[in-house]
Amino acid sequence: MTETKEPIIQIRNVSKRFGKVTAVDNISLDIRAGEFFVLLGPSGCGKTTLLRMIAGFELPTEGQILIDGQDMSLVPPNKRPVNMVFQSYAVFPHMNVTENVGYGLRISGVSKGEIRDRVAEALELVKLGGFEDRMPDQMSGGQRQRVALARSLVMRPKVLLLDEPLSALDAKLRAQMQFELADLQDKVGITFVTVTHDQDEALSMASRVAVINKGEVAQLAPPSDLYEYPANRFVADFVGSVNIFEGTLTLDEPDKAAVDCPGLGKVYLNHGVTGPHGANVWIALRPEKIYLHVPGEGKAVRAAAQDAPDGHNLARGTIKGMSYLGDITLYDIQLEGGQIIRVSRPNLSRHDQEDFTWDDKVSMHWRADSPVVLLS
Amino acid sequence: MFNRTAIAPLEYTRKLWMRSWVGLTMLFLYAPLIVLMIFSFNDSKRNVVWKGFTLKYYEKALNNDGLVEAMVNSLTIAFLATIVSLVIGALAAVMLWRFRFPFKGLVEGTMSLPIIVPEICLGVAFLIFFAKIDWPTDLPWPLNLSAITIAHITFCFPFVAMVVRARLASFNKEEEEAAKDLGATEWQAFRDVLLPHLKPSLVAGALLAFTLSLDDFVITFFTSGPDTITFPVKVYSMVRFSVTPEVNAASTILIILTVVLTFIALRYQGVKGISDAH
Repeated sequence: MTETKEPIIQIRNVSKRFGKVTAVDNISLDIRAGEFFVLLGPSGCGKTTLLRMIAGFELPTEGQILIDGQDMSLVPPNKRPVNMVFQSYAVFPHMNVTENVGYGLRISGVSKGEIRDRVAEALELVKLGGFEDRMPDQMSGGQRQRVALARSLVMRPKVLLLDEPLSALDAKLRAQMQFELADLQDKVGITFVTVTHDQDEALSMASRVAVINKGEVAQLAPPSDLYEYPANRFVADFVGSVNIFEGTLTLDEPDKAAVDCPGLGKVYLNHGVTGPHGANVWIALRPEKIYLHVPGEGKAVRAAAQDAPDGHNLARGTIKGMSYLGDITLYDIQLEGGQIIRVSRPNLSRHDQEDFTWDDKVSMHWRADSPVVLLS
Repeated sequence: MFNRTAIAPLEYTRKLWMRSWVGLTMLFLYAPLIVLMIFSFNDSKRNVVWKGFTLKYYEKALNNDGLVEAMVNSLTIAFLATIVSLVIGALAAVMLWRFRFPFKGLVEGTMSLPIIVPEICLGVAFLIFFAKIDWPTDLPWPLNLSAITIAHITFCFPFVAMVVRARLASFNKEEEEAAKDLGATEWQAFRDVLLPHLKPSLVAGALLAFTLSLDDFVITFFTSGPDTITFPVKVYSMVRFSVTPEVNAASTILIILTVVLTFIALRYQGVKGISDAH
């Protein structure tokens, strides 16, 4: 349903250079109205620079940014129809909550009565009713962030920009805020553009994610596509954890393919890849998509691995590392070729983690549609 | 040692040697001032031995037109110099913090020069400078104080700039950006966000400038004319003849004045705010 809407932000061939360093390298992307858009990438990848260019705190070296169809090149930050929630929240320390939230309205000359109503409404929205007279130093980080959110939302911007909104919160609060932010966005219907380096945050909140690497868009896709169909090794590795093996494409037909990986053996797929035959490719295999078996279950394993047209996706190895995380256990398994493969196994019953231990010989299988073939 | 609880490592005030050390330090710092104040009530011309209590030297000091005039001059100069150094110093600090420009390091170094250069050199320099440009000396009050005031601003504003600069280092630039993001102009963001942050350092800088100007002797001595005597210079000329309790009385008034001013500033700003500035 969001597909049909006009892009509210159009980024056209935008580059930003600081001296000799290129922070943003010729990025073009559209952000649709009503979207929860996330810019995801490691620190220093240029995602924050891009956000600051949308807000107007940096000017593009090249290219154009359009907000709601208007070129923003010559529009200063205080005249743009966007508002930003800063990483440090930047709540004004000498003003109480009401003054903070009402600041934008006050300087734009809104009447006192309207300021009162809108501030109350905004505080209600971020669940800060009753905190009107608090000073920022009497509030927790989470509460200050809500002040910053309310202060931006009260301006009714077309786009709300959030710079690493959850990075300073503890794990529990972060998980809660992820839901609340998504909920809030749903309620107010404003386009949210968030910058984060946290893939969980991106996957859980976003309607679409742009993965940024070294100033370029590595992939732009909805969260599930990003995880299940990564476009390249960078995305596969950055989003979630993954095992990557280098190999050669030996078979590539519309309904099947095979990759010969020196480290893993032959990997069979039940779909075509449309890559050049004999090409150097990479296999990406998620840890949770690999099944573990004790040796001796041979037949069952073979039967389970039978879904590839031409062969079985099997491997053997020795457990060299284990880490029990409660809901899952991670195993680092040394393959016969010496490489390490990571497998995660859900602890479906209370004693599942006791099934395997260090130095156990194990077999693994995975389904023929699990591996992803990456050409770059 | 018996019947006493153990002294925790940070309970310095319970250690006898530490208390005596603090006491000695206080004595060293304040004994001369206290003696000066006590002897202002001494009923003796020579003021060497205590002869009895009197207030007559206060009366004498307040009736000494030359002394009162010098005091008024000093306060006027200190007041003007403080205001101007505050503005120049704060602006210089903000400029050095905010902008990148060629020879910034040089500008920064040159600016703190008046702090480093020996006062006597500055004094002589001002003497020669004002003489060379024929700065008028026969202007009516308070314009005749302009030379001294200018000299005082020169050595006061770097101190203000230094204090403000230190405070700026702790400013979160995102706060200013947030203000602009919410629609504030450059000026509004400065007034509503940066200035409140700088307030403690401005108070501290003003106090510093005021006291520096008030008690300056060397530079003032070289820039003052016959009609523009300041309090320190006047006291010096009085002492050359004899140290009478009159001098003590005048000094006591000055001490009380500065203490009261500092107290008001601290009350207005809060001690925490001022110590935050450093």
